[in-house]
Amino acid sequence: MRRLLRDRRGLFGVVVLAAALVFAAAAPLVTRGDPNAQRDIVATRFVAPLSSDATGVYHVLGTDRFGRDVWTRLVYGARVSLGVGLLAVLISIALGVTVGALAGYGRGPVPLALLGLTDFALAVPRVVLLLLLAALWRPSTALVIIVLGLTGWMSVARLVHGEVRALAARPFVEGAVASGARRLRVLVRHILPNALTPVIVAAALGVGNAITLEASLSFLGLGVQPPTPSWGNMIASGRDVLVNAPWVATAPGAALVIVVVACTLLGDAVRDALEPSVVSHQPVS
Amino acid sequence: MLTRLAARALAGFGVVAGVVTLTFFALRFAPGDPVEHLLGSAATAEQLAVQRHVLGLDRPIPVQYTAWVSRFVRGDWGISIAKGRPVRTVLADAWPATVRLVGLSLLLSYLLGIAVGAVQAHRQGSRTDTALSVITVTLFAVPGFWLGLMLVMVFTYWARVLPAFGAAGLDADYLTTWGRIVDGLRHMALPLATLTLIGIGGSARFIRGAMMDLSSQPFVTTAHAKGLSPWCVTWRHTLRNALTPVVTLLGLSLPTLFSGAVLVEAVFAWPGVGRVLVEAVQARDYPVVMAATAVSAGLVVVGNLLADVLAAWLDPRIGMRHA
Repeated sequence: MRRLLRDRRGLFGVVVLAAALVFAAAAPLVTRGDPNAQRDIVATRFVAPLSSDATGVYHVLGTDRFGRDVWTRLVYGARVSLGVGLLAVLISIALGVTVGALAGYGRGPVPLALLGLTDFALAVPRVVLLLLLAALWRPSTALVIIVLGLTGWMSVARLVHGEVRALAARPFVEGAVASGARRLRVLVRHILPNALTPVIVAAALGVGNAITLEASLSFLGLGVQPPTPSWGNMIASGRDVLVNAPWVATAPGAALVIVVVACTLLGDAVRDALEPSVVSHQPVS
Repeated sequence: MLTRLAARALAGFGVVAGVVTLTFFALRFAPGDPVEHLLGSAATAEQLAVQRHVLGLDRPIPVQYTAWVSRFVRGDWGISIAKGRPVRTVLADAWPATVRLVGLSLLLSYLLGIAVGAVQAHRQGSRTDTALSVITVTLFAVPGFWLGLMLVMVFTYWARVLPAFGAAGLDADYLTTWGRIVDGLRHMALPLATLTLIGIGGSARFIRGAMMDLSSQPFVTTAHAKGLSPWCVTWRHTLRNALTPVVTLLGLSLPTLFSGAVLVEAVFAWPGVGRVLVEAVQARDYPVVMAATAVSAGLVVVGNLLADVLAAWLDPRIGMRHA
């Protein structure tokens, strides 16, 4: 941990993510009022950042077309976007670790079937699948979490599978087996704790990826539905007013970029701190 | 080698069949009805029933499935419910625009990304390296649709130099050949820049990592010991060996030539496959969605196979991965 914080990338990642989480958690304290509140629309809409509207209320990041405060929506949107990202990654990690562990240490036809399933799921075009799933059922926040969770576990399963296979041949595992521990106990107590390093890295990168995908779905109108603010649907709502109110789309996008950069740098730093050259960085389209 | 190739191809065929089957049943069991989209809310129940009968949507789902499969493998991809045109024509009209855009952006982003990554690895730890790292990690994190909007804001609304919508101007048919080419390039500039900038982020990070991993290898030490200049070692020795995984990545990006730019196409109203796909999903246009899914899945499988074959060909030590 100390080595992580001495790395500038790790420090940046930890500070930014901690700040984002604190702001999201303390949203009512750092903002003023309801993110969906609309007052006198004509008097308060499209107020530029760092200025006050006609009723004398100050807006740090300006207001959108309904006179809603962009900063307030940004912070409440962080709740949704970060929440979706974290929960989706939690689902994919749980699924991926289970599948990977069973495929790596199971016996009989189970590993083959699970590996086949993983390869199959990897071959499904993710964007097409996301579009389909999100468009076919009524869009909702829960659906986005489930869809992202169910389409993101395969790389984790691959990683865990490889780690478990390699660890299973190590002396300490043989020792545990020789001392009469049951297979499940060996797997859960001895192998898995040692196999989790690449999972932490994958989780950090996965959160950034999930936040981007949530924003993409919400941008297409298939994700989190307005008026609930999410960074994706805020960018979408700013699209039509790019000319006269560019801050409406700029602010949530910039927030998203900073958080995703923090996730990526944190992942890089964790990898370097714990174990060099474990995970390769694949470009995400 | 050939047996393994055949086994992989067979497994790939199974994957495509599975994906297509899954999509077919997911489409039918999900809420939403293409006929309601087609006829609108004013249609009576009788009209809906007649239209459903005409389209064969009132038959049992397994029957519809076997009918679709048997026609699809014979090359009859059906007729788009929403557009009334053959699905093959719809996709064939949209595909060239996507290939042009995504293919060019892949080429540019790998060429530029390789150059940037190699410069970074060459001057590892320097200020240039740090500055480029900050830039590439940011590009890597930027969502394409947002970068697209920002470019539109700057170049279309503020500077007023580039168009933001479509692949050609309204007056394109009346221009000279040369004028039409310039018009097309101007329309492609912003979506191409968006995709390329994002691609550079990924490929530069990848190349830098790959070259750093290689820099402690014996062959690099040998090259240095021979007295070659550091420049020559980086470009002629390290970079060449770092390019093998890039070939794999190129193979894996084959499917993006078909459906890789859905969001960027949506932002720029680019008349490509991504837009067709989004429209088809929203209108529950079963035949179009099914055909697009089948092609995408097929390209994923072919891309994976191609990546493995190329990697094995370039580096005989790797060998083919088992099925």
